[in-house]
Amino acid sequence: MTHQELFSLLPMITLGSVILVLLIVVAFWRNLRATCVISIGGLALTLGSIWLVYTGAPVQVTPLIMIDGYALLFSALIVMTSAGVLLLSFDYLKHRGEHPDEFFILTLLATLGAMVLASSTHFASFILGLELLGISLYALISWPAKGLLSLEAALKYLILSGMSSAFILFGIALLFAALGTLSFHQLAALDWPASGSGHYYLLAALSMILAGLMFKLSLVPFHIWTPDVYEGAPAPVTAFVATVSKGAIFVVLLRFFVLTEAYQYQSVVLGLSIVAIASMLVGNLLALMQTDVKRILAYSSIAHLGYLMVAFIAGGVAGGTALAIEAASYFLIAYFITTLGAFAVVTVMSIDSHDRDSSDLSHYEGLFWRKPVLATTFTAMMLSLAGIPLTVGFIGKFYIFAAGVQGSLWLLLGAVIVGSGIGLFYYLRIIFTMTMKSDGAHPAIPMPVAGSCVVLILTLMLLALGVYPTPVIEMVNTVTETLVS
Amino acid sequence: MLLLLIILLLILGGLAAWLSEKWHPDLPNWVSLITVIVCGILTVPLFLSGANEMISLGDTASSWILLLQFEWIPRFGISFIFALDGLSLLMVALTIFLGVVAIISSWSEIDYRPGFFQFNLMWTLAGVVGVFVALDLFLFFMFWEVMLVPMYFLIAIWGHEQRAYAAMKFFLFTQISGLLMLLSILALVFFNQASSGIFTFNYFSLLGANLDPDVAFYVMLGFFITFVVKLPGVPFHTWLPDAHTQAPTAASVLLAGILLKTGAYGLIRFTVPLFPEAAVDIAQLAMTLGAVSVIYGAVLAFAQTDFKRLVAYSSVSHMGFVLIGVYAWNELTLQGSVIQMIAHGFSTAALFMLAGALQHRLHTREMPEMGGLWLDMPRMGAIAMFFIVASLGMPGLGNFVGEFLVLMGAFKVNVTITVIAALGLITAAVYALIAMQRVFQGERNATRQDLEDFGTKEVTIMVLMMVGLVFLGLYPQPVFDMLDPVLASLYQITGAPEAWLGGTP
Repeated sequence: MTHQELFSLLPMITLGSVILVLLIVVAFWRNLRATCVISIGGLALTLGSIWLVYTGAPVQVTPLIMIDGYALLFSALIVMTSAGVLLLSFDYLKHRGEHPDEFFILTLLATLGAMVLASSTHFASFILGLELLGISLYALISWPAKGLLSLEAALKYLILSGMSSAFILFGIALLFAALGTLSFHQLAALDWPASGSGHYYLLAALSMILAGLMFKLSLVPFHIWTPDVYEGAPAPVTAFVATVSKGAIFVVLLRFFVLTEAYQYQSVVLGLSIVAIASMLVGNLLALMQTDVKRILAYSSIAHLGYLMVAFIAGGVAGGTALAIEAASYFLIAYFITTLGAFAVVTVMSIDSHDRDSSDLSHYEGLFWRKPVLATTFTAMMLSLAGIPLTVGFIGKFYIFAAGVQGSLWLLLGAVIVGSGIGLFYYLRIIFTMTMKSDGAHPAIPMPVAGSCVVLILTLMLLALGVYPTPVIEMVNTVTETLVS
Repeated sequence: MLLLLIILLLILGGLAAWLSEKWHPDLPNWVSLITVIVCGILTVPLFLSGANEMISLGDTASSWILLLQFEWIPRFGISFIFALDGLSLLMVALTIFLGVVAIISSWSEIDYRPGFFQFNLMWTLAGVVGVFVALDLFLFFMFWEVMLVPMYFLIAIWGHEQRAYAAMKFFLFTQISGLLMLLSILALVFFNQASSGIFTFNYFSLLGANLDPDVAFYVMLGFFITFVVKLPGVPFHTWLPDAHTQAPTAASVLLAGILLKTGAYGLIRFTVPLFPEAAVDIAQLAMTLGAVSVIYGAVLAFAQTDFKRLVAYSSVSHMGFVLIGVYAWNELTLQGSVIQMIAHGFSTAALFMLAGALQHRLHTREMPEMGGLWLDMPRMGAIAMFFIVASLGMPGLGNFVGEFLVLMGAFKVNVTITVIAALGLITAAVYALIAMQRVFQGERNATRQDLEDFGTKEVTIMVLMMVGLVFLGLYPQPVFDMLDPVLASLYQITGAPEAWLGGTP
């Protein structure tokens, strides 16, 4: 390993060291404020090191890790999202007692796992990242471990996630049996057999890997766990599951498909299209029947992953790969900002509620007149999820449309339109609930400083990137070009 | 810059109105009224001088009075283009004027959160002005969607009994059809790139787009459906009666007065010029839809007992003439359509204001419970008589000029459709006079309390609209003068009107 390669790993090394420091500190001195400061400071350092490393990118560090613009962009996104989650957790945990220091360590570990995923070019590092992320999440989802709801959620996630990991491992084994390597680059260099037993090995391998990953991405028909886990997990953890966990897995999946020739299998693409359409329709339809904001957001995230898959599928169309990656990347950024923002509002609303989060729609009645700023930000988040202009969600959806039109995926785009139409129903229902005339029987909501800052910053980003997206578009454009070439 | 200034003023004025609620509940009304009047004053110089001074755009004669352009999202060839010609100017002026009407009509009606109400009102106006002047398809789409959100709030928060249902229906219809248009816009842009190599959303560059005729038809259909939903034409009209009836008065005024016109404007500005050949293919169907709307809207209006619903259905009928006028595409019908848009804006806004005033005083919109109101409120009765007569197309008033021109022009293109649409003039008289009779004449309910007649503010604004209608009815020439260069440049794109559908001039 050369000096330069080692230097490229600086972000991961930084974050790893911060975790170690934190472990030692927590062993001697339990102080929530100190833990939070160290964690956020560590994430800031990591972000700084990502910027340092970017000038030298792309660097292939061993066959396992590729530090290129694509990996660094999403690492930065993941790190920033984690920082947001931790800031939200600070007040949330403070009001719930117990010793929440480990919560921060586990979140940082999961972040490290997600960063490894974003930069992995080998199935070994892929599994390492996946499990680091997954195992940390089991503990996080069940966090205060007092309510039945969170235990149920954690158990469901544990069993299903464990099973999907088994699927992925088996798929990887089949892939290895067929082609004899696990490195993405070597896989890309090989000729993938188009007939014979090798062909069927590969189809089976791809199907199993995809099935496992779709569990984690919560695409229909592998979505059953999503609403329960979203509802049961503490709100900041739900935000983490919805953004970082899904985003990192999508990032590595996209890298795998673009690098290798997995798109050449028509049956795989067809299967992905069916999954995408089903996710958009089922996710949106089931969201209509929910009365809990967290469950609505769960189904809405299923639908959003469906939209994202449209860009993913467009990546397989000849000549359209660059735009498709760009579209997926921008959509992910938009999705991260909006979803984190929505859960940030739910977190702030739940600061004072002890046994379970106040995510039932009735808590939001008349919020416009009780907490105008909070309600306005939540409205902005909902409009962004619905893809209304002036929000970042619109630019994201615009990108999906652009990628789809370029790839002539008319059927998928039709599903996007139908799905968005259904989606409007429940987003507007939330907004309408907030505008109802309040009868004043609601408890006062304390506004935590850190949480409010996160909500405000996210709202400003949402509007800024919706009105003037050019800087981020240019960034995404230059970064994703490295992946195609 | 002037256009940007107007939109910014409306946006900032809206924010100021919202904040000013803290100090005094009447302050938001004053803030927004003053802002809108300032915007109106800003457009006056354009009327006085601007119509004669055109900006030159390339080699062809241009009809554009103002143009503002800079880069916005270069990655997609999206720029920020505001442009104004005679058509846009008329529409912007109508928007601002009806904005004043809406503010006046909400003055005594809205006492719940007036600041937020005025905020939404102003932002709707900003969105509509944006729609009328945005000449980049992406920017246009953005304003198109943005104007919905504040309107949704106006209906959902301050509407009547069924406001949740009506607001949702309104939003869904427009938003889903809007996504179809987004799809069409992107398809147009990508196909244009395939043939010309330039990736752009610029209206002026896309005008000459060279599309395969089969493809062009489907791409055009996306625009067509969106605009016909908004117009609205049968069979896409079902959102309108609910939204108009449930909305608070000011929102009804804006909906009927200007939001419907964005649909007609879209057809004239985008659908036909961008796809001249495909537009010919659909012209017969569109005109048929227009004629059906005229008759169907009138018949349903006659069947209503709810005064607001009656006015709402009469809008479907009147906008049917506009649809016929646009797709007959000759000088007479286009001039008639534009006159009809303006006159309908005035007369319907006034009728909705009357309906709102009645509901505010009687707490009902049901006509059987009214009757004999002229005795209680003579000023209101006389004003209502005027606008009812205008609405049914009395010669000498604006609506007559519009409908007459449309029918005269359309006769050369398709006689059958014209004859059917002309029947609408008779049915209009039936429902309009019945409404007048049920509400203001007939037996007076003896148990009724004393009712307050129109005050100075209301009478002033009503008289202004009356003057407008009489002016349009007796001397419409200034409007034609403003439209002439616009029509000339449209014909450069679509070919001479003589060639359209084989009609003779």
